[in-house]
Amino acid sequence: MAGGHDQTGSRIGMWLFLYTEIILFGGLFVLYAAYFHEYPRAFAENGRELNRVIGAANTVLLLISSFTVAASLTALRQRAQRLCMGLLAVSLGCGALFLVNKYFEWGHKFAVGLYPNSPAMAGAPAGKNIFFGLYYVITGLHGLHVLIGMSLLALSLVLVHRQRITADRVTILENSGLYWHLVDLIWIFVFPLFYLIL
Amino acid sequence: MDSGEQHLSSFLSLALVLAALLALTGLTVAMSYVDLGRFNVPLTLGIAGTKVSLVLLYFMHLRYENRAVVYSFLGTIGFLAIMISFTFWDVAFR
Amino acid sequence: MATTPSFFETPAPAGLTGIKAWLLTHDHKRLGLMYLWAVLFWFALALVIGLLLRLELMTMGRTIMSAGVYNSAFTLHGVIMIFLFVIPGIPAIFGNFFLPIQLGTDDVFFPRLNLLSWYLYILGGLLAIVSLFTAGGFPDTGWTFYVPFSIGTKHNVPMTVFAAFILGMSSMLTGLNFITTVHRKRSPNMGWMQIPLFTWSLYATAWVQVLATPVISITLLLVIAERLLNIGLFDPGRGGDPILYQHLFWMYSHPAVYVMILPGMGVVSEIIPTFSRKAIFGYKAIVFSSMGIAIAGSLVWAHHMYTSGMSDTAIFVFSLLTFLVAIPTAVKVFSWVSTLYKASIEMSPPLLYALIFIYLFSVGGLTGLVLGAAGPDIHVHDTHFVVAHFHFTMFGGTGFAFFAALHFWWPKMFGIMYNFRRAYIAATLTTVGFLFHYVPMFILGMMGMPRRSYDYLPQFAQGNALATVGGILLFTGIALMLVNLLLSFRSRIAAPANPWGGCTLEWTVPSPPPLHNFLRQPDIQDYPYDFTEILRKS
Repeated sequence: MAGGHDQTGSRIGMWLFLYTEIILFGGLFVLYAAYFHEYPRAFAENGRELNRVIGAANTVLLLISSFTVAASLTALRQRAQRLCMGLLAVSLGCGALFLVNKYFEWGHKFAVGLYPNSPAMAGAPAGKNIFFGLYYVITGLHGLHVLIGMSLLALSLVLVHRQRITADRVTILENSGLYWHLVDLIWIFVFPLFYLIL
Repeated sequence: MDSGEQHLSSFLSLALVLAALLALTGLTVAMSYVDLGRFNVPLTLGIAGTKVSLVLLYFMHLRYENRAVVYSFLGTIGFLAIMISFTFWDVAFR
Repeated sequence: MATTPSFFETPAPAGLTGIKAWLLTHDHKRLGLMYLWAVLFWFALALVIGLLLRLELMTMGRTIMSAGVYNSAFTLHGVIMIFLFVIPGIPAIFGNFFLPIQLGTDDVFFPRLNLLSWYLYILGGLLAIVSLFTAGGFPDTGWTFYVPFSIGTKHNVPMTVFAAFILGMSSMLTGLNFITTVHRKRSPNMGWMQIPLFTWSLYATAWVQVLATPVISITLLLVIAERLLNIGLFDPGRGGDPILYQHLFWMYSHPAVYVMILPGMGVVSEIIPTFSRKAIFGYKAIVFSSMGIAIAGSLVWAHHMYTSGMSDTAIFVFSLLTFLVAIPTAVKVFSWVSTLYKASIEMSPPLLYALIFIYLFSVGGLTGLVLGAAGPDIHVHDTHFVVAHFHFTMFGGTGFAFFAALHFWWPKMFGIMYNFRRAYIAATLTTVGFLFHYVPMFILGMMGMPRRSYDYLPQFAQGNALATVGGILLFTGIALMLVNLLLSFRSRIAAPANPWGGCTLEWTVPSPPPLHNFLRQPDIQDYPYDFTEILRKS
């Protein structure tokens, strides 16, 4: 019983945590589904206000970072420590670029008055207010998760460097990676729901 | 009981998955410029679902995970599906 | 046996002394006891508030408090009882203490996470206290925080809601820990169908905690976001739909009802066979009904919303599904009663509490069917009938199961025995008080007295006076019960390892257990409720 680190157990724990994250966003998706049903036209029209190119670029960034995280695990298991650290650094870079894009995107929306409770939104039709309300809540919560994910990856990077994460003890990297993939998963749905629907 | 060792994915297979993901992203963005009528939403969500499955199966190793994780993951998705669909007993019939 | 030092004498991690040995501990048993004192504190506080509410309602008009204070007081009573007593009560105290022992292992899978859960619990409680005295005072919304009122009221909703969010996180992490422990730390000789029923019920509960709690987390975050940013997601004036809030709220809070009751059912499933000296009737049926309740419980949330204005189709579907939950619940009651049939029953305080549980919970469950059926619910919705119903299930059910667990495992946790005579008197007093307290409420509800109402019409005066007398008896009974348990620390009558003749693993180790629970790999019985050994020895 004692001694010996049970990596499968740690992974099960992490998956359980991911379930809670999925359901956390799930509550927002319930709202999205119900309101999309109520205001399909408003959602389509206002979706066009969002910049598809930036959205697509952010999707590509997250997909690449997801790949590099998965690859960093393979590298570590093949005992290529420097490659592993390099791949993690690329992931962090992608995450940072994602947030920079998000910053400019939100900044632009704020500049034209498209934010909750703004003067421009005061007389806006119901569907528009709901669409942008959901947009900010969901992308905001997702952005927060990107930040948390990046902190976990940065922690893993440091621990790999200090050889606290090694080929025989990968749990922290593995679980940080799982978290990062989850951030990606959520975005894969958020992107079409806001940028592409119609 | 298993030792906890995880499946080792080769760089090549991971890169192929990435290529597929990027191709699907391109496809879904391209599709958004074409009006497909009532197929718009199901097709877009279908592509998103495929992408998510790829990430889950290969990047997150769900394909090689033990049964407890696989079943509980499906259970979670099932609960999410119930949350959304049962709300429509109300929303769709007002 | 006397030679093995108990966990009280051996701190974990080693080297910690004094208060640090408790506040930084990784030992699941110490954490269980830390939860015990914290939970009992909140329970006592909410009990006093409940008594004050009852005194206010004793006579018409103002009796002891103003209407505003009354509104905050019933919210406080609900929030504390739900989030700080009923939900964490049995899993956090007895689950933490006994789940690893029943599984034949030394600790939970993530001991440090377990400590974090305790701190989150304490933090949530402190935030609730702070919100009492800051920015407008404690909310007057009721524990449900329904929009639009919760967004409009001047009271300090955000902080209370945040406290509930933190408490939810604590409960979620406990669930996560228990599931992983059951899967990965179970004694290698123990198969799934050899797991004791209390642990099974905690396992089913843990799944609900993990999967349903995040819904309330996001709902509460949305309330905070609405208060701070005024987005309008639930504001009908700006396209929002307040009924969706209710959907999200009950998507968690209905499954949470099973988080509250399932562990209680687990406790009763341990106590009944132990004092019947007989294998439990339908072990597998109880296991599957636990999982069945967990699943069916997630399909029925909108039966709290028949009068909210949701669609008739939804009312029909959710009413129909609600009746599904009655089936696994009835299976359990049937199994307990069948276990008692032709058994050599030995009366004891835990058994008395368990029997009262079966009776009160059955009344609660059957009146639940009245409310679950859409037709009669329209008549009694938001009346005192509902108040009586959920107190029969949550208090008569979970509360009495909690008392039963206290009396059942007290000798194991502290190694001392309490006075039986006083325990019997307390149980009787509590039950009589309980019935006088809540049965009038059923009648008042049928007559149309609304819940959460400060004042009432003259025709309700008699019933309310009677309920208050019952409330005072109930309060006295519980006070006597707690005092009796605490007095056992003074008399210090040593309890043997197996005072009741139980056959799950916690009864094979000394009272109180040593640090690592087992001195050697425990033997697992083929069937967890096989009393042949116990009977031969006696």
